[in-house]
Amino acid sequence: MTITRDEVAHLARLARLALDETELDHLSGQLDVILNSVARVREVAAADIPPTSHAVPLTNVFRPDALRPSLAREEVLAMAPAAEEGRFRVPRILDEV
Amino acid sequence: MRELLRLPATEIAAAVAKGDLSAVEVTRVHLDRIAGVDGEVAAFLHVDAAGALAAARSIDEQRTKGEPLGPLAGVPIAIKDVLTTRGVPTTCGSRILDGWRPPYDATVVRKVRAAGLIPLGKANMDEFAMGSSTENSAFRPTRNPWDLTRIPGGSSGGSAAAVAAFEAPLALGTDTGGSIRQPAAVCGLVGAKPTYGGVSRYGLVAFSSSLDQAGPLTRTVLDAALLHEAIAGHDPLDSTSIDTPVPSLAAEVGRDVAGMRVGVVRELSGEGYQPEVEERFREAVALLGDLDAEIVEVSCPHFAYALPAYYLIAPSEASSNLARFDGMRYGLRAGDDGVASAEEVMSRTRAAGFGAEVKRRIMIGTYALSSGYYEAYYGQAQKVRTLIARDFDAAYQQVDVLVSPTTPTTAFPLGERVDDPMAMYLADLCTIPANLAGVPSMSLPCGLADGLPVGFQIMAPALADDRMYRVAGALEAELDARRGHPLLDEVPAL
Repeated sequence: MTITRDEVAHLARLARLALDETELDHLSGQLDVILNSVARVREVAAADIPPTSHAVPLTNVFRPDALRPSLAREEVLAMAPAAEEGRFRVPRILDEV
Repeated sequence: MRELLRLPATEIAAAVAKGDLSAVEVTRVHLDRIAGVDGEVAAFLHVDAAGALAAARSIDEQRTKGEPLGPLAGVPIAIKDVLTTRGVPTTCGSRILDGWRPPYDATVVRKVRAAGLIPLGKANMDEFAMGSSTENSAFRPTRNPWDLTRIPGGSSGGSAAAVAAFEAPLALGTDTGGSIRQPAAVCGLVGAKPTYGGVSRYGLVAFSSSLDQAGPLTRTVLDAALLHEAIAGHDPLDSTSIDTPVPSLAAEVGRDVAGMRVGVVRELSGEGYQPEVEERFREAVALLGDLDAEIVEVSCPHFAYALPAYYLIAPSEASSNLARFDGMRYGLRAGDDGVASAEEVMSRTRAAGFGAEVKRRIMIGTYALSSGYYEAYYGQAQKVRTLIARDFDAAYQQVDVLVSPTTPTTAFPLGERVDDPMAMYLADLCTIPANLAGVPSMSLPCGLADGLPVGFQIMAPALADDRMYRVAGALEAELDARRGHPLLDEVPAL
């Protein structure tokens, strides 16, 4: 077994997914099968091979630091779940209420 | 003239340019077709009739004024719902974005508008482009026009079904591990994934940023080449966009393939491949031989590890990219009762807004990137990615293009693999290596197996997208000549 149910619950917390018990049961079995399968990459002898993060060699891309128009505030806030006083309104982020 | 709905995009554009057809008439006929058949096919999540007719009127006005029109002006197009469209709903097939109207157009959408194409609406897809059947759409599954009980492929299944059902002459899809080519193959279409960086990803809602690329789904190779040209080019808004001139692709369609070296990938055949699929593939290879291409068998030993490497790399990038869906600035917010903390609201929102496959992939990615497992999983997959790119480099020392079947099987029945993720993942077996290496690849139909289309895949070196269009154009011409008509003439009437 590659992954336990407790580990799956821990991953769900890290990934900010409030999964219920049924989902956790179901996912535990499926993740075990998938991870066992993808673990095949470990059969490849690649100790001295450099990793590829990107198919195209990337260097820093710069642009002139020039003023350009941005979206209007009302347009951006129009799709917000909650907005107030020209800002996004979010639930409390600190412990004190 | 053939029935308007069945005309290639090039012929529609030519008729509009001459004044034989108005863009408004072309658009109305397609909107009527959508109204008539999309209840069965379910290719579209949103139809923008008013927007399409306004765009069409503007094309007709330009023509009346004598302004020059591009080679695809006046042709309707379906847009995959992962591409942002200003003011028009963009859901990515997910509940978490239900009702979202983006404040900006994706660069490819801006470019198709600038080319005079007419967006008809947003095409259905697997949620966040994760899937091979479009059954992972949060809204409804799309059906394959060749057989309504079967999958249209995925994740660009709505785009493919729209074109195969004559609801749109052209469509835009996106391809992270085969999501343009596999639907093209199972729906009997042409579909191309450009060289990574050849087409801007600005406004393509990211699934796996190092792999995602937008591209055309069409009925002919020439249509695909023209649409590919229309969306390609450097974009300062995408830092991974390549700053080279747009390749000339349409000019390659109609050239011969005499003397070209075509490599058949040994590893993309055998166990797991439907015998009739391999038969159609071998017949098409033999045709290229008849056209005086030189056929060579090539070995790419690490392709055997492409699928497991992909299912570590893509979920890892997805787990990071999809962190932005947190219910704070746009999209769904769930469980905000005034008591719960932001973190609790995020977790409830994501649990309510994401479907099963998206959750699976976020979890796999979170696992592969977590400390203690990073080197063994994500790190090792990145090394395998290097070895796959080296296999391509070595192969292209011997040959000009590589070929294989696009998919191991024809379209499977709806529901067959929906509860078996590993079986679903196998649909991308042949298409994934090109994404990992960033090389261009396309699929064109090479016949039927038991009444269902079979796809022929062509892969070329990075930035040599022109080469695959040359081979595809020659093969399409020969197949159509021998058959006496395009394959899509055989799709059952809806």
